[in-house]
Amino acid sequence: MTSRAIPATEPSQPAIPADLSRGQLLEIYRYLRLTRTLEERLTALYRQSKVIGGLFRSLGQEGESVASAYALERGRHRDILSPLIRNLGSLLVMGAKPVEILRQYMAKADGPTRGRDTNVHFNDLELGYLGQISHLGDMFPVMAGITLTFKMRGEPRVGLVYIGDGGTSTGTFHEGLNFAAVQRCPLVVIGEYNHWAYSTPAEKQFGVKDLAEKAKGYGIPAVTVDGNDVFAVYAASKHAVERARRGKGVHFIEVKTYRRKGHAEHDDQHYVPPGELERWARENDPIDRYVKQLLRSEWVKEGDLAEIDASVGEEVDRATDVCADERLPEPASALPGVYADPPAADTLWFRRV
Amino acid sequence: MAEITFLEALRQGLWEEMERDERVFILGEDVGIYGGAFKVTEGFVKRFGEARVIDTPISEAAIVGAAAGAAHMGMRPVAEMQFIDFISCAYDMLTNYVATARYRAGLSTPIVVRGPCGGYVRGGPFHSQNPEAAFFHTPGLKIVYPATARDAKGLIKSAIRDDDPVLYLEHKWLYRRIKEQLPEGEEVLTPIGEARLAREGKDLSIVTYGATVWKALEAAEALQQQDGVSVEILDLRTLLPLDDAAIMRTVKQTNKVLIVHEDTRTGGVAGEIAARINEQAFEWLDGPIMRVTAHDVPLPYAPTLEDYVLPQTDDIVKAARWLAAY
Ligand SMILES: Cc1ncc(C[n+]2csc(CCOP(=O)(O)OP(=O)(O)O)c2C)c(N)n1
Ligand SMILES: [Mg+2]
Repeated sequence: MTSRAIPATEPSQPAIPADLSRGQLLEIYRYLRLTRTLEERLTALYRQSKVIGGLFRSLGQEGESVASAYALERGRHRDILSPLIRNLGSLLVMGAKPVEILRQYMAKADGPTRGRDTNVHFNDLELGYLGQISHLGDMFPVMAGITLTFKMRGEPRVGLVYIGDGGTSTGTFHEGLNFAAVQRCPLVVIGEYNHWAYSTPAEKQFGVKDLAEKAKGYGIPAVTVDGNDVFAVYAASKHAVERARRGKGVHFIEVKTYRRKGHAEHDDQHYVPPGELERWARENDPIDRYVKQLLRSEWVKEGDLAEIDASVGEEVDRATDVCADERLPEPASALPGVYADPPAADTLWFRRV
Repeated sequence: MAEITFLEALRQGLWEEMERDERVFILGEDVGIYGGAFKVTEGFVKRFGEARVIDTPISEAAIVGAAAGAAHMGMRPVAEMQFIDFISCAYDMLTNYVATARYRAGLSTPIVVRGPCGGYVRGGPFHSQNPEAAFFHTPGLKIVYPATARDAKGLIKSAIRDDDPVLYLEHKWLYRRIKEQLPEGEEVLTPIGEARLAREGKDLSIVTYGATVWKALEAAEALQQQDGVSVEILDLRTLLPLDDAAIMRTVKQTNKVLIVHEDTRTGGVAGEIAARINEQAFEWLDGPIMRVTAHDVPLPYAPTLEDYVLPQTDDIVKAARWLAAY
């Protein structure tokens, strides 16, 4: 980690790690808070049956999502990441709007997929995010192709892709990662060791202790970091992203974290050893830890954070008000867009008799 | 006799086979302590132990492939796909390895691959699929698709006992919606390859399977009451091999056929059924063979869209009315 000269005026204040500015610290905090607040809103909407399908929370994992995405170059036609259901924070960092996410979960006509796909399965390739499909691992080959294209065109762009501890057991994860490694694609992998894949613990998923050990099999460098330490995830991601941008190929970052909610909202987590959830909540919440670091080092003031909390709350309220009562898609809008040509599928005969 | 759900009937069938035959074992994602995403195997690990109820990595190809290997060695594995949509990840194993093993190499591969399928539940494009057509085209596999609680039980038991690989498709919309009284202490076995007459009628036949059996029954009731049209309904139960005799019997009974399925139209099972009727009972037809199916699009998430894409009871009523008047 880079050290910086301590300014003479503030003798007791340690330098901010990873070359982050005070403004960036607050921006990261904003994304963390926004992620959690937005998910809490989604939970409320889910309980009111306004969210149509399942709801997946990232409680306790907001830190790694936000910090890893924050290491990318953002803006139009810059870096591209592919998030999973628990990477709402990454999507927000890349510029997805809360109102889009709310609309998507509620299957609204004006949502990003116009009611066609679920939860975070949506994309804006210009802003730099490509939504997953449900089939775990499938985004690895696709992100290999995206980053291969960066390389072929000589563009200094980087891709980042997430995989859960469970998802690393899929064939497509292996094939895609191996392909990207052999091609030296500018791809950063975030392996999320959150202890669970639905009800299955990591020991039943793979024989290694750390996900990072798997990277050896692909001949790519890997690190394991504390996934609930925002600074550690950011620094590791920044390093990997810059390395990839310099043409050094794939880099694997394992983030150790914990899934504090069930697989989805319906899951009562009866399989979790007693006390474990409480312990992680009490001792290892990524937002709590980040806030403590900011305040202890006096990089920001409590008032700054309170101001952000209030504005995030307002933003989520506003976004909800805008879309909660919006219409669902017109039924016949189901037909267009299967192909570029023909433009729409046929209406079947029995709807016309 | 207590009423039990479709899901409970399936559970009972699995349980009884596990009790009866120690070669039977279950493997799949979260089938152990969690009891499966829909709780089909709840309590199994406690009764039968972790050696016979195996929580696997998220590796569908390995689940099916390992089941095949164990089956060659004389075991009777039942592999669960958490959602049937993920069977695509095991497509290679099923179609290339499993389906050809007997013909190619004289190897017996008595596996069952089962999982929740189907729509009408707002599951979106990856938790609603009906994958039968992709496998219907593969000689060497059998495909069963129960619609009633009795057949849920009877077919899982027959599938486990069958000496060939069987794909067992269970519609999640039926899991808790369908309830039925089943005899206690009596073995319930549904023979593979036999269709079931779900309703007798004179004017027109509906050939269908899965969740649309129930929609067809509703439609038949409406047609009887509103139009005085008498509809016969054949529940196929097994898709591969098809029960040609039962299909031709109903064609000859009513002379008009509507084929209904929830899967998309093009390349769907209905096309094959229509072709067989054409070949075997053309002179018995008094009207064109018509299909009511899903529209040819991936299944969308929003209720308005899903309802539009999938065949509804009202569609069957209208289609049958049109055909009855032909
Ligand atoms: C190929 C495939 N098989 C099964 C599933 C069903 N499924 C959805 S999420 C999940 C568990 C994922 O665990 P992990 O990858 O660790 O991610 P986490 O939920 O912990 O974020 C499973 C089994 C799936 N989505 N894709
Ligand atoms: Mg996990």
